[in-house]
Amino acid sequence: MFSEEMLNLFGEGTLETFYMVLTSTLLAYLIGLPLGVLLVVSDKDGIHPMPIINRVLGVIINLLRSAPFLILLVALTPVTRAIVGTTLGSTATIVPLVIGSAPFIARMVESSIKEVDRGVIEAAQSMGASTMQIVLRVMLPEAKPSLLVGAAIAITTILGYSAMAGFVGGGGLGTIAVNYGVYRYQTDVMLVTLAMLVIIVQLFQELGMRIATRIDKRRK
Amino acid sequence: MEEREIIRIEGLTKRFPGKDGDVVALEGINLSVNAGEIFGIIGLSGAGKSTLVRCINLLERPTEGRVTVCGQELSMLKGKELREARRGIGMIFQQFNLLMQRTALENICFPLLLAGVGKRAAEARALELLEIVGLSEKRNAYPAQLSGGQKQRVAIARALANEPKVLLCDEATSALDPTTTRSILALLKEINANLGITVIVITHEMRVVEEICSRVAILDASHIVEMGRVEEIFKKPKTAAARRLLFPGGEQHAEIPAFGTKSQRMLRIVFDGMTPFEPVIANMVLACGAPVNILFANTRAIEGKTVGQMVVQLPEAQDAVSRIEAYLNTQNVHYEEVADHVF
Repeated sequence: MFSEEMLNLFGEGTLETFYMVLTSTLLAYLIGLPLGVLLVVSDKDGIHPMPIINRVLGVIINLLRSAPFLILLVALTPVTRAIVGTTLGSTATIVPLVIGSAPFIARMVESSIKEVDRGVIEAAQSMGASTMQIVLRVMLPEAKPSLLVGAAIAITTILGYSAMAGFVGGGGLGTIAVNYGVYRYQTDVMLVTLAMLVIIVQLFQELGMRIATRIDKRRK
Repeated sequence: MEEREIIRIEGLTKRFPGKDGDVVALEGINLSVNAGEIFGIIGLSGAGKSTLVRCINLLERPTEGRVTVCGQELSMLKGKELREARRGIGMIFQQFNLLMQRTALENICFPLLLAGVGKRAAEARALELLEIVGLSEKRNAYPAQLSGGQKQRVAIARALANEPKVLLCDEATSALDPTTTRSILALLKEINANLGITVIVITHEMRVVEEICSRVAILDASHIVEMGRVEEIFKKPKTAAARRLLFPGGEQHAEIPAFGTKSQRMLRIVFDGMTPFEPVIANMVLACGAPVNILFANTRAIEGKTVGQMVVQLPEAQDAVSRIEAYLNTQNVHYEEVADHVF
C-alpha cells in the first residue's frame, strides 16, 4: 500500500516523536517537579511557609498555563533559536515543549503531593525531620503512585503538543501528518499517523497506570 | 522514690489568628509532670487538649509561656536544636500516621534513618522494637495490611525507636474498639514500667484515664480546671466539667427526678473503695426506717478498688433526712448535696 520510502518515513517520524516526547518530558520534570514541591512547601499552611515566593511562583505558572500551546510555540521562536540555533526539527521543538509543559507538570506535582496525609507529615516533624527530609523521604515517596499517574497524563499531553508542532516544522509524526495529510490531501497517510499517535498514547497511559497500581501499597 | 520533674509548662497561652480576632485555644496553663508517671490530660473535644500536647514538642509554638522538657527549655529552641530535642520525645496519634508506602519494619527504621543511624543498625533496633510490641511476624507487612491495633503497635515501636524519655499519646486509642484499646493501654503501661518512659495520655474517655493514669489534668474551655491523683478527682470532682467527663450521660439522668417533687433533696453518695462489700444503702434504709429513691448509680474499678457514686432522692420528711445524714456520717461515707439536675 505504501512505498518503502513512505514506510521509512513513518518509522523515522515515530522515532523522532519518541525522542521529542521523552526528552521533553524528562526536562520538563526537571523543572516542574522542584517547582511543584516548592508550591506545596511554601504554601501558607505548608511545612516552610514563604507567602511571597509562593504567590509570585503561582502567578508565573498561571500566566504560562493560560497561553495556548500553538501560540507559545510561535512566540518562543527567538528563545528556541537562541538555545538550539534553529527553529526547525525535533530538537528545536523540545524547547517550547519543555517551557509549555513544565508549569502544567508543576501543578500536577503540587496536587499529587497535597494528597499526602497531613498527619504523616506531622509525625515526621515530631521525629525531628527537617524540611528537606520531609520532602525527600515523606512527600515524594508517599506520593509516588499519584506522581506516576500524573506522569502518564503529562507524557500524553506532551505527545499531543508535539503533533501540533508539525504545523511549524517541528518534526516527528506531526510533521508527516501536516505535510502529507493536510497539504497533499493524502488521507491514508493522515490516518496512519493518527493511528500511530493513538497507539503511542495508549501505550504510555496504560504503562503509567499499571506501574502506579503495582507500586502502590495502600490497597493490598 | 523522689519525684523528679520531667515536663514543666508555665503560663502557656496559645492563640490562633482568626478572621474576627484571635481564637484562644489555651490560656494560663501550668503543668508539671514527674519522670516515670503516666499523666492524663482529659477534656471534651474542642477543649484544647490536642493543641496542648503539640505545645509539649513544639509542633505548635506557644504564643506565651515556657515549655521545659528534660531540663531543656524547648520554647527557646529553633531549627536544628529543636529538631534534635524532638527526638527525645516520641509521639503517637489517633490515626496512627504511618508511612503507607513503607513496611512495618521500614516505618520503625524511619526515625532512626532521619537521625543518621546506619541502615543495618536501624534494622536491628527495629526488629527489637517489633518484638517489644509483639509484631515480629508482621515486619514485612504494609500498613494497609494491618488492623488498627497492629498499626498503633507499629506506631508505638516507631515512637520508641530513638529511645525517648517521654511518649506523647494524642487520642491514641480513640479509633480503636474497646478490646484493642485495652491491649494498647496494657502495652503503654508495660512500656512505662519496663523502659521507665514518662507517658502523657490525651483523651476524651475517662476509662482510658482510669485504666492507666496516676494523675490527671482536666481541660475545659482552654483552661485546666482540675488536676490531681485520679482517685482523688474521681472521689471528689470539684467542677461541673469534671463531673461531665466522669459521668457521661449525667444530663440524661437529670431528667429522672421528674417523678419526685421539687422539694425532695438529692444526695450524691461516693464509694471510695473502703467499704466494698457492705450494702450501704440497704443498711441505711433499714437503720433509718425511711426509703430513698435511687436515681443514678455507677461503680467501676480504679487501681484495684471499687469506686463509684450513687444519686439518691431523700424522703420529704425532715426528721427522716436528718436520720439518714447522721447514719451516713457514722459510716464515714462521703456524700454531698446535689443541686438542680446536676450530678
